Amino acid sequence: MSETTSIPAPWELERYELTSAPVYHFDFDRREFFKVLGAGVLLVSILNQTAWTQESGSARGRIEGSLPGEIGAWLHIGENGKVTVYTGKVEVGQNIRTSLSQGIAEELRFPIERIELVMGDTQLTPFDMGTFGSRTTPTMNLQLRRAAAAARDLLIDLAAAQWKTDRQHLVATDGKIMDQKSKRSVEYEALVKEQQLAKSIPVQDPLIPAANWTVMGQPLPKLAGVAFVTGKHRYPSDQKVPDMWYGKVLRPPSFGATLLSVDTAKAEQMGATVVRDGNFIGVAARSSGLAAAAIAAIQADWKSEAQPSSKEIFEYLKKNTYEGTDPSGGGDRYDTGNVDEALASTKLRLEQTYKVSYIAHVPLEPRAALAKWDGDNLTVWTGSQRPFGVRGELAEAFRIPEDRVRVLMPDTGSAYGGKHTGETAIEAARLARTAKRPVKVVWTREEEFTWAYFRPAGVIDVVGSVRDDGSITAWEFHNYNSGSAGIRTYYEIANQRIVFHPARSPLRQGSYRALAATANHFARESHMDELANALKMDPLEFRMKNLKNERLRAVFQAAADKFGWGKRKAAPGQGFGMGGGYEKLGNIATFAEVKVDRKSGAVKVLRIVSAFECGAVVNPGNLRNQVEGSNVQGMGGALFEAIEFQKGKILNGRMSQYRVPRFTDLPLIETVLLDRKDLPSAGAGECPMIGLAPAIANAIFHATGVRLRSLPLVPDGLKIT
Amino acid sequence: MATINLAINGRPRTVEADPQISLLTVLRENLDLIGTKYGCGEGQCGACTVLIDGRAQRSCITRAETVGQKQITTIEGPAHGERLHPVQEAFLEEDALQCGYCTPGMIMSVVALLNRNHHPTQSEIIDSLNGNICRCGAYSRIISAVQKAATSLAKSEIGTGARQ
Ligand code: FES
Ligand code: FES
Repeated sequence: MSETTSIPAPWELERYELTSAPVYHFDFDRREFFKVLGAGVLLVSILNQTAWTQESGSARGRIEGSLPGEIGAWLHIGENGKVTVYTGKVEVGQNIRTSLSQGIAEELRFPIERIELVMGDTQLTPFDMGTFGSRTTPTMNLQLRRAAAAARDLLIDLAAAQWKTDRQHLVATDGKIMDQKSKRSVEYEALVKEQQLAKSIPVQDPLIPAANWTVMGQPLPKLAGVAFVTGKHRYPSDQKVPDMWYGKVLRPPSFGATLLSVDTAKAEQMGATVVRDGNFIGVAARSSGLAAAAIAAIQADWKSEAQPSSKEIFEYLKKNTYEGTDPSGGGDRYDTGNVDEALASTKLRLEQTYKVSYIAHVPLEPRAALAKWDGDNLTVWTGSQRPFGVRGELAEAFRIPEDRVRVLMPDTGSAYGGKHTGETAIEAARLARTAKRPVKVVWTREEEFTWAYFRPAGVIDVVGSVRDDGSITAWEFHNYNSGSAGIRTYYEIANQRIVFHPARSPLRQGSYRALAATANHFARESHMDELANALKMDPLEFRMKNLKNERLRAVFQAAADKFGWGKRKAAPGQGFGMGGGYEKLGNIATFAEVKVDRKSGAVKVLRIVSAFECGAVVNPGNLRNQVEGSNVQGMGGALFEAIEFQKGKILNGRMSQYRVPRFTDLPLIETVLLDRKDLPSAGAGECPMIGLAPAIANAIFHATGVRLRSLPLVPDGLKIT
Repeated sequence: MATINLAINGRPRTVEADPQISLLTVLRENLDLIGTKYGCGEGQCGACTVLIDGRAQRSCITRAETVGQKQITTIEGPAHGERLHPVQEAFLEEDALQCGYCTPGMIMSVVALLNRNHHPTQSEIIDSLNGNICRCGAYSRIISAVQKAATSLAKSEIGTGARQ
């Protein structure tokens, strides 16, 4: 047997993280709906044009044209006294199941325990681009609240009609409509009995202002948490159906390797089903052990290709830019004023290069999918932030219409931007088709480290110039490959040249929590510190001098106060630093305290103070959890995480070789939440991460005088010469 | 194939499996006790933690055949019907989980810790849980949950014997 097959390493769109919107939008069939759900009242939330554009993440290049009204979510009040809400968003640990339910309970005036959220099921929920970019809170939360508010009004109308009274005196409270005059009341379920009332709400209903919230704004713990602490919740990798087999895929020995010949006879003799199709080779077997043994029994010869290594990656990226041929539509570029002139005419100018490595998401639950064919219909349970995107990938891979594919997304063991793609779903489905029975594929940790995608590596060149009084005159910023999220500066600078240069990445790369904002803030906020130091100016004072944005000023000030900035003198080996910025509608300032052991080179982060503001706070408990989690996870990328590779192989693709933050790394984390009840709520899963790496780097400089310009900062401790 | 007899959550269980099979695979695949999780397969993350004769062990690197004579407790064990174990209660009250995937392994490690040390200090908690990774970074809440559970176990200690 011999065949030449090449397995390409696909290039992941990092910058806009999207799939295209569906071309057609059919009318919503309400009879169908009531057939499934039973009688009741149905509210359909229609996305308006602007919301749709925002939600689809489309910055440009998409034909917006005349999209008809797009359904965002629907909400059903049943005669069984239950409220069921359908949204295409998914739960990956950010606890939106809880925070979205809070919004519905608030507006609907309904007990939260009786609300059920059906999430990320392509058959039952309306289309959704995916759960990323911190969009759930600013968009889906509002849509659901509007639907719930409209439902409440409708119920009041129903009660008014029933009692033949003026709706003026009627109020909704705790699942009932009450007549304040006569004191009679009626439960929602009685009102909706035998109704088949559907209403769509394209307009913006007024919502309960944040100052009057009673359910929102509360630190509610995770809903349905009992299933999680008792081990009953079934994650994607726990799914099981009768007659299910286990699948495994043959992986090339290195990226870009070509298959020369393969012999699968032994695997077949073992009783496994072997599938060879194009560049795909995999097996399915009765047990996962047998599937693994069968894969190991396959003899394959491969031809490797020359590949760059992590040692030379930064030169490689700068040499391999796309310039003008960027597949996602050209590098971003922002020019203001005259940078060259300003740089030439300012005495103090500073030029530096900052670097960030590839890192892995390491979601504790690796990718998993269970696929089941029913004739030409395919059902897949998988952990994905884009169930509808995965549906599209499956339809394309198997050349079947999308309506034959159903993708369900059980609450998943985290993702952090790392589960946007559907490769595992396709693998399971391909194996299931030949095996003629359901097949589950769960990636091993090593597969997850090697065949998923990474946060992009990047190089950032920065030049800044300042006057003696501390005002910045010019700013030039070139980012190679990491991405353009957070690339623009929020400091007031008259002359700016900011350019993103997309490059050919040798490793498969894609979204990661906070995207390139981490890299861009690291470079910017480190450079700010370097400029302040060159001026011999206090770094907080220097930032404030060049910062007008009130919300950012407020978080910097709040964090500085809590931290006690300027109040304490650093002991030997101790250092303080800060970083902050604006991303995904949130504002963050992070202050760090480090201790460096000059002899051993050990660096310990002792304390992190974050001040965060993302509009009106929906759930302070969960928000703190997100800010703390961002800081803990961010410490890994800041201090020691990096993917090492050579000759197309990952060198540290195991949990024992790739260090992630553990209990012993935990610093004291203090979080200040600025609750701006007058501003719309924004998401919080990403922004809190971006100030951390520069805060630590700046603190290390303060402690030792050593300036570190590469992430991770101290994978092997600090060498002080 | 080998016949493996096990005692899990106080019940005898028998499976026919490859003699090399790990305890983790037996639990998840043969017995559908899916609360015990896979995270790394090399004893590094703690997602697969179970109690073997009361001690926290990594089921991914434990051969099922070797623990036939021992008492195994999985995350499905500690609750009695609707009544949760104090450690489980404390994880809920302190909201010590985000995605919750590390939670079963964490809880089993904590149960083992509190069995042998009724009043662990913060640094004892950190040391004994350092083999459990929470990638969502809920560490500080987990520490609070352990402290809370220790307090409530101490209270319920008198008479009930809530520990196991
Ligand atoms: S799966 Fe056993 S320690 Fe990670
Ligand atoms: S809660 Fe997600 S890994 Fe711990």
